[in-house]
Amino acid sequence: MSGLHESASQTAGPYVHIGCMPNLAALGAMYGGTDLGTEMITGEAQGQRIAVGGRVLDGKGAPLTDALLEIWQADHAGLFNSPSETRGAADPAFTGWGRQAADGQTGRFRFDTIKPGRVPWPDGRLQAPHIGLWIVARGINLGLHTRIYFGDEAEANAEDPVLRQIGDPARAATLIATADRDRYSIDVYLQGENETVFLDV
Amino acid sequence: MNPTRPKPFAPRDHSIQPPALTPAYRSTALRAPLQPLLRVENGWGETTGPVFGHLPMGDLDDDLILNYATPGQSAIGPRIVVHGRLLDQDSRPVSGALIEVWQANAGGRYRHKNDGYLAPLDPNFGGCGRVLTGADGTYAFRTIQPGPYPWPNGGNDWRPAHIHFSVFGEGFAQRLITQMYFEGDPHVALCPIVNAIPDTAATDRLVARLDMDRTLPMDIRAYRFDIVLRGRQATVFENRMEGI
Ligand SMILES: [Fe+2]
Repeated sequence: MSGLHESASQTAGPYVHIGCMPNLAALGAMYGGTDLGTEMITGEAQGQRIAVGGRVLDGKGAPLTDALLEIWQADHAGLFNSPSETRGAADPAFTGWGRQAADGQTGRFRFDTIKPGRVPWPDGRLQAPHIGLWIVARGINLGLHTRIYFGDEAEANAEDPVLRQIGDPARAATLIATADRDRYSIDVYLQGENETVFLDV
Repeated sequence: MNPTRPKPFAPRDHSIQPPALTPAYRSTALRAPLQPLLRVENGWGETTGPVFGHLPMGDLDDDLILNYATPGQSAIGPRIVVHGRLLDQDSRPVSGALIEVWQANAGGRYRHKNDGYLAPLDPNFGGCGRVLTGADGTYAFRTIQPGPYPWPNGGNDWRPAHIHFSVFGEGFAQRLITQMYFEGDPHVALCPIVNAIPDTAATDRLVARLDMDRTLPMDIRAYRFDIVLRGRQATVFENRMEGI
């Protein structure tokens, strides 16, 4: 039984960088000079090194230049670097969690990470490799969850439980990043014809 | 081998959360998804999450009065300590959790290149702090009370004095950003961002209370602000068959 109510969300606002990326916000050398989440690979991480980049676009197609993005993903073997991971020990050289700001001019974001392995869904089916994505910004009242899949994983994507739950291939395609060798790119559309599928996780 | 999957989180109660599109808060007009969210189950990726209990904290990370100030000086404004507990909906304390805060200075000005409000910067105030919750979920940080500030929303709009909070729990699905307001501030009831919340009791829970028990005589006043993250589902449908 859930006795308490979750605290209500409020927008991160346009100055989220002060709190979450103070070094980027030029606040001086806060927290040892490195913003939390900017380095996901902390040693000799196993797996394929990749870059995942893109933009977040509003209903008029303008890129958000004030968005903050966080990703959470499995390591190369499909394990999460988290105390609640009970299936085995994740790669200690890979945090699995990244945080980046959209560029203040172009709105581009980029994560340097590892291609994640496949993770079982609660019913036992294997999910396709994917990255969990959470977006906050001015004008976003409640942080938006979605996923990033990989365009070069067509076979795995075709049997992924969440992509299948979306059903409509055009809608499912909004979560799939295009692949150019080890570089992947995806544009997240908050509204419009190509509106990204957002998840109530 | 059948590793125990962490319990899924209870579905989010959207009746107390602001919907995406709230026209009185104009920035939502082009940034609110218009399709409904797709409710999906919680798998490993949702029930696990980054945890920062072992992150080394600087001595002044939880002291915004001093952490940007020239040694021997301090930020200008009413000195306050903000404290409370981080719980989940099942009243379990969330320990070792990272809370990050940011705020305007006492004049309502942010130290940010995009804030052009005419109130001056305080050379001794950065506006950024962080703290880890203790074993009992408690946290505290020292700061100065921020000022209200005007913002462009099509009218004569002023934000109530507030502190932004970013909160991590145990799972990525619990990730939360919110704002704390101050008891007695008449701007709270007028604010379109606050009023995006559809439930007045939920709004009231974001209002910190003056706490004279923690107020130190001749030193610093205290405000109490408890935060609640999503709780776990009571029953795990581990072997539920789809379509039955
Ligand atoms: Fe603010």
